[in-house]
Amino acid sequence: MKWRRVKAIMIKESLQIVRDPRSLMIALLIPLLQMFLLGYGISLDVKQIPLCAFDREGSQASQDLLRRFSASPYFSLQGQATSYAEVDRSLDNGRCRVAIVIPTGFSKDLNNTGQGVVQALLDATDTNTASLAAGYASAVIASYSAQVQLESIQRRGGSVQTLTPVEVRARVWFNEDLVSRNFIIPGVVALVMAIVGSQLSSLTIAREWERGTMELLVSTPIQPLELMLGKLLPYFLIGMVDACICLALAVFWFEVPFRGTLPALFFTTGLFLTVVLCIGYYVSVSIRSQVGASQVALLLTMLPTTLLSGFSFPIDQMPAAVQAVTYIVSGRYYVTILKALFLKGAPWGELLLPICCLALYAGAMVLLAARAFRKTLD
Amino acid sequence: MQNDAQSQIVVDALVKRFGSFAAVDGVSFEVGRGEVMGFIGPNGAGKSTLIRILCGLLRPSAGRALVAGIDVAQDPEGVRRRIGYMSQKFSLYSDMSVVENLRFFGGIYGVSRADIGARLRFAVDMAGLTGREDALVATLAGGWKQRLALGAAILHRPAILFLDEPTSGVDPSSRRRFWELIHTLAQDGVSILVSTHYMDEAEYCHRVALINRGRLIALGTPLELRQHALAGELLAIEGNSLGDVMAQIRQAPGVLDVAMFGSALHALVDQAALRSPELLQLLSSTGRTNVRVHRIEPSLEDSFVHLVSASAAVAGALA
Repeated sequence: MKWRRVKAIMIKESLQIVRDPRSLMIALLIPLLQMFLLGYGISLDVKQIPLCAFDREGSQASQDLLRRFSASPYFSLQGQATSYAEVDRSLDNGRCRVAIVIPTGFSKDLNNTGQGVVQALLDATDTNTASLAAGYASAVIASYSAQVQLESIQRRGGSVQTLTPVEVRARVWFNEDLVSRNFIIPGVVALVMAIVGSQLSSLTIAREWERGTMELLVSTPIQPLELMLGKLLPYFLIGMVDACICLALAVFWFEVPFRGTLPALFFTTGLFLTVVLCIGYYVSVSIRSQVGASQVALLLTMLPTTLLSGFSFPIDQMPAAVQAVTYIVSGRYYVTILKALFLKGAPWGELLLPICCLALYAGAMVLLAARAFRKTLD
Repeated sequence: MQNDAQSQIVVDALVKRFGSFAAVDGVSFEVGRGEVMGFIGPNGAGKSTLIRILCGLLRPSAGRALVAGIDVAQDPEGVRRRIGYMSQKFSLYSDMSVVENLRFFGGIYGVSRADIGARLRFAVDMAGLTGREDALVATLAGGWKQRLALGAAILHRPAILFLDEPTSGVDPSSRRRFWELIHTLAQDGVSILVSTHYMDEAEYCHRVALINRGRLIALGTPLELRQHALAGELLAIEGNSLGDVMAQIRQAPGVLDVAMFGSALHALVDQAALRSPELLQLLSSTGRTNVRVHRIEPSLEDSFVHLVSASAAVAGALA
């Protein structure tokens, strides 16, 4: 291998990048756009669930309970219904996700038997939101029950201390504010790197075929490995600049806590970038059209990184067969590492396994890409 | 003509098949040092395929090809270091400047840092691009592009040059200038194999190989091909609607071959002086009085047309 030839390719490639506004745009604008779009667009937090109430009793007690719902940050009271038909309608047309129906005799039951029953109707088209809403509703009602119980014990002159035999005192670790964005943004960084890396390199070889410059290039003494290095190194630099942009946005704009070390972050980002660049390059060698190559590269990197990396869906909740498939998704290792670095500040030692897997993956992809290119027109 | 030691290119019974189609079908020839060898033939005759094999871009299906003494099938890399290649389609980088392109190929061919300056100047001068070094290649006219491509191909001073239809689509004065460059290089000892479908350009070559349907149908100097390929003398027949009488002329005594040349007919006869009045008489018997029959010097095109029809006849007889 001659460094002279690698350098010649690098210079040529850089000149062409600078002069092709399209590839520059892919390189710099798209990461910004995606970070904002995905950073703001994806949120798993459920707040301000629209709620409608049908208070059939209209007593002091029922209004008390409803006030607790409207005071909760998880619900937003949209209005009071006056009939079941109205409740039905507001759930049907999506004005409300949850309806609370307080029956007549609610306060009487509460006073006489110490047990009132409230009906909650849930729109479960979005099961995730529905189950969260049910949980929040139970919590609101439980706290109301506790108060009712407390008052009745006090009225009978009982002791307050005996109320809660076992109490959970939860402390949340790693993502103390329970902001789902903190959990999602590291995944978004991985996704953006996967898209940008594979898109940039998927055009390199296909462009030479399309423009007819490949015929001359293969007639020169250039070696496949020299060609690959010369073509990918400029894109690696651009990719690392993109990584800096994404990470800076994550930390300074989205205020995701970063607790790991920068060397670990850049080392693993470099490995992941190597993987996606090589996948894009391999596709570019195999499919000799720019449009085709960029589509296939997108399919091979974006899809698995979105679905199978644990970025949006937790891997341990997947069926065993799908879990097995995630081991061949490079994004899986990078997302694991990123989340650990951002939220846990995990030391190198604990990340050894995913880092080794990612490094092996990168090595394999480099070999695959380097061997893919054949200097022949056959 | 030369033995292996002197010949820069030796091609021996070379075959290239694509599926069942033989694009190159048992071709043999040699090219000596400083020789300009022209490949003449219609589109699809196999010229480009042959050149690509010799550049190590395609693997031969059978036969042997040595370039600079190296077998192209066994060591294509060794061949690539020693040759310059100009492909049929322009393949420099349009979004880079003249000097950026040259620098790139200088780097790829490993031209040393000490030499690169002088080589770049030489290539720029030769292409007539002095003062336009920083112009983007996309902005250059056809003739300049071709000369720049030649400049890029000789930057590393190869002993052998392959030029695949270098002058197609270039204006006549640029073509002439391009051929002058080729001869300058040949005088410096560079062996040049150049393909063209312009018959007039064949006259600039030291030797010409006529290729049709993947086969070499004649090989010699332009003079040899003009004079000896035709075993007879040539008559030109000019007049109106001569196509209808071609068959009759072909049947006439002493006529060996007839072919259409534009609106005229060229007839190959055993003795021009004897047959010319006979043909005139034949024509007037069909009511054509406004015709001229006169002897002409055969051009390469005449030879080529005759050789192609002769080889087709042989192939037909064998089949």
